[in-house]
Amino acid sequence: MAKEATTDVQKAETASVPTAPEQTRTGPVYSPAVDIFENDNSITLLADMPGVKASDLEIDLRENVLTLAGRVTTPGNAKESNVLREYRPGTFFRQFTLSETIDQPKIDAQLTDGVLRLELPKVEKARPRQITVRAA
Amino acid sequence: MLVRRVWPSRPTFESSFSDFDQVRREMLRLLDASTGDGAPDQVAGVFPPMNITQDDDNFYLRAEIPGIKPTELSISALRNRVAISGKREIPREHERVSYHRKERPEGAFNRSVTLPMEVDAERVDARYTDGILTLTLPKAEQAKPRQIAVRS
Repeated sequence: MAKEATTDVQKAETASVPTAPEQTRTGPVYSPAVDIFENDNSITLLADMPGVKASDLEIDLRENVLTLAGRVTTPGNAKESNVLREYRPGTFFRQFTLSETIDQPKIDAQLTDGVLRLELPKVEKARPRQITVRAA
Repeated sequence: MLVRRVWPSRPTFESSFSDFDQVRREMLRLLDASTGDGAPDQVAGVFPPMNITQDDDNFYLRAEIPGIKPTELSISALRNRVAISGKREIPREHERVSYHRKERPEGAFNRSVTLPMEVDAERVDARYTDGILTLTLPKAEQAKPRQIAVRS
């Protein structure tokens, strides 16, 4: 039997964040890995949150702080005993400060296969106003 | 609360040290039980991280593999070995975008684990929901311990 083949993709170190207010639930809190990119119209955020159901995910944006919080319920039945344990289900939590002004009502969030895709459209720039000078 | 998921990397291939490994694992498990909390048994830095549990009839293997197409997963089981391999691809964004962060891992992965007893490879069930792959591996009939009634 061949030895374990080389693993090309490495699980990133999921160091957790010191969360500002502590969670009421016990258990570990993980910082999800994210990709963030922007174009002229919007900022897009992708976050890996395996095991989180759409109903257990909270997204909050207030005062330019974006908060992602996802809860994972431990799967399985009570009779199961551990054989190998490499991860512990916990809470995903991460916050970002956004410098751009976001058009809040148009925010779109999709959760597919444990990956969150969050589209944050930027507010349209205020149109330059024409100021007519009145003759005195 | 500060938690790191990082533990010394120890791949689980078969070797002459597997007995030692078993002892070490068992000790860690007891340590876990005594503190009530405890960190994961093994490995991090390996993708995907997996948990294996068992009850009387089955082994359950759960692996965190977010955002993959089930068709890109390859799973095989033979006797007491299970192998999972696949490729995680993050689709390119078409438009011109500038990245602020790029943390999500991508690439190929390949892992195999040895279970403590043989499984019925024909009846293995695989499901993929919310980014977690769950394999239900029924223990082979001939490998199950038999209850022996004592006659008086």
